[in-house]
Amino acid sequence: MSNLSANMPFHFVSCMELREVLGKRAMDEHRLLELIEEVPADSIYYHTHSYFLRHAYTQQLYSNDFATWVVLYAQDRVLGERLGVLDPFDFSDIEQLRDEILRIMADHLNHSATVPRCVVSEPFEFIRSHIIEIPLGLETKTLSEFHDALAEVEVGAVYNHVCEARMRKRLLSVDFARWLSSEEGLGLQELALNVERVGRLGLSLEGMRNKILRLCDQELARQRGLHQSGDRDA
Amino acid sequence: MLEDYRDVAPQGTVELLRQLGRRVEGKSMVHVNSARYGGGVAEMLHRLLPLFEELGIKVRWEVMTGSDFFYRVTKSFHNALQGTKQRITPEMYDAFIECNRDNAKRLNLDAEFAMIHDPQPAALIDARPHGATWMWRCHIDVSTPQHSVWQFLRPFVVRYDAAVFSLPKFSQRLPLPQFLVYPSIDPFSEKNREMEPDEIDRILQRLGVPRDKPILLQVSRFDRFKDPVGVVAAYRQVKKSHDCRLVLAGGTATDDPEGAEVLAEVQEAVGTDPDVHILLLPPTANLEINALQRTATIVYQKSTREGFGLTVAEALWKGKPVIGGETGGITVQLIPGVTGFTVNSPEGAAFYTRRLLNEPELMSVLGRQGKEYARHRFLITRHLQEYLGLLIYLQQRVRDG
Repeated sequence: MSNLSANMPFHFVSCMELREVLGKRAMDEHRLLELIEEVPADSIYYHTHSYFLRHAYTQQLYSNDFATWVVLYAQDRVLGERLGVLDPFDFSDIEQLRDEILRIMADHLNHSATVPRCVVSEPFEFIRSHIIEIPLGLETKTLSEFHDALAEVEVGAVYNHVCEARMRKRLLSVDFARWLSSEEGLGLQELALNVERVGRLGLSLEGMRNKILRLCDQELARQRGLHQSGDRDA
Repeated sequence: MLEDYRDVAPQGTVELLRQLGRRVEGKSMVHVNSARYGGGVAEMLHRLLPLFEELGIKVRWEVMTGSDFFYRVTKSFHNALQGTKQRITPEMYDAFIECNRDNAKRLNLDAEFAMIHDPQPAALIDARPHGATWMWRCHIDVSTPQHSVWQFLRPFVVRYDAAVFSLPKFSQRLPLPQFLVYPSIDPFSEKNREMEPDEIDRILQRLGVPRDKPILLQVSRFDRFKDPVGVVAAYRQVKKSHDCRLVLAGGTATDDPEGAEVLAEVQEAVGTDPDVHILLLPPTANLEINALQRTATIVYQKSTREGFGLTVAEALWKGKPVIGGETGGITVQLIPGVTGFTVNSPEGAAFYTRRLLNEPELMSVLGRQGKEYARHRFLITRHLQEYLGLLIYLQQRVRDG
């Protein structure tokens, strides 16, 4: 069973992020709310997901830029905490996530006597990202090959197959999990289910990669066990 | 040559660059700026262009030429665009347009992509060949320009297909896509390559800098915005508790009256202190700067106003703890307590210097983390990757109409 081979191989595709400055700036929370309402979805995506692509050293405070800015520059810890806890993997698309951010901010501002504003000259700068996919010419047909390739690929591939696949391409699922579970793939439902959950653990991209590798290791060990006990029974 | 970067860039980078390169292989690209040598833009183009070429892009570099008057005009434009009020006469505007027109006739601008660097050649857009995609690469901070100069330049800029800035805060409201690309350093350039200890020793000896005490270093022009006098003030405070040397290494200031003035102020502040070394280095002194950065215990970039401040990335790459002014691009390079410290006063610089001198382990941690951070964010490989991404994106946009 450890030699199980997929009919349809898995193609690893990495990605890079091109950042576009929108020229929209907020100096206070009210303006921030207005702009969150009007900017393109790609900008909401950038400010809530690009965290994963940044180096771990810059992942300060919270995983979304709105939360980090209101804490660091508008000195509003309460709103920062309320926004910071949002997990993008809890939402099925960006518009849902945007609505939730707006709801939290509106509720917070309705209960605030003043509108917190940036106290130093560091406005919130809206950026959006364009993701450029980069096929790596790497395809795998078995779980063992998949494991080895995943261990080696540039970390942008993890982002592309986990974050991009789920949110921007609206596949509602992690690419890896879809291939692992599908009939044309490996048909490993339980492993796929566990891989699908990896995005929700609040891990960095390297953390996600390591967790998926461990899950594959466990599955490969299980398959080897079954194989050996099959040999003994025979 | 690209292969050389495999050992220094993050895992998988070289493969990624080759894959990206295939998407624009065979395309032609021209870069235009106003100087072949001297300055950060020329330095960067010298390093980047061979890599574009290796990836199969037919790349050329054209340099505009002009009279001394034109260069005085563009120097005034440069200062005005960065927010320092200048008196610009109608003759100066005319000279700018005339020189761009002359260069448009002389330069070979025939390419599918053009990247026009900084304001000097911006009006070349009048000579854009049909169907070509043109980008305006602005390396300076135009966020608070002198209104009249920006109003003059803006009609040229808005006709480009895209603009590229180094920081979001440097950009302007423009009706064209504006991309964000940090500048970079090349780990194999003279200024950043590895050096043997005896090579460093020889250079330090030649420069007359003994290595008997911790060395605090700032490498920068003698310019008020770089606050060299503030660095001397910080050193004085540190010196009360820690025996150390201060090295201020900067360009000669003969052609810059303000530079000479600032240098005189620094010399006055230093007095006869034998532990302070003011080094006036020529623009070609890359190895000397490399040796000084590698010898320094702590590196300063205590600017009060800064463009991107790549001297910070150079020091990070050499594993040095850096203390920098909380301004411009320094704030994206120094993550407080992780890759260095940002400060707003000589007192702040003195405080963190003392702390670092007291905690050598912290210096090692910051140095290690700084180098790793520079590897991911500020090396030429990341820069090349983003430029290739930009070409691919713009090419796709043209195809999609």
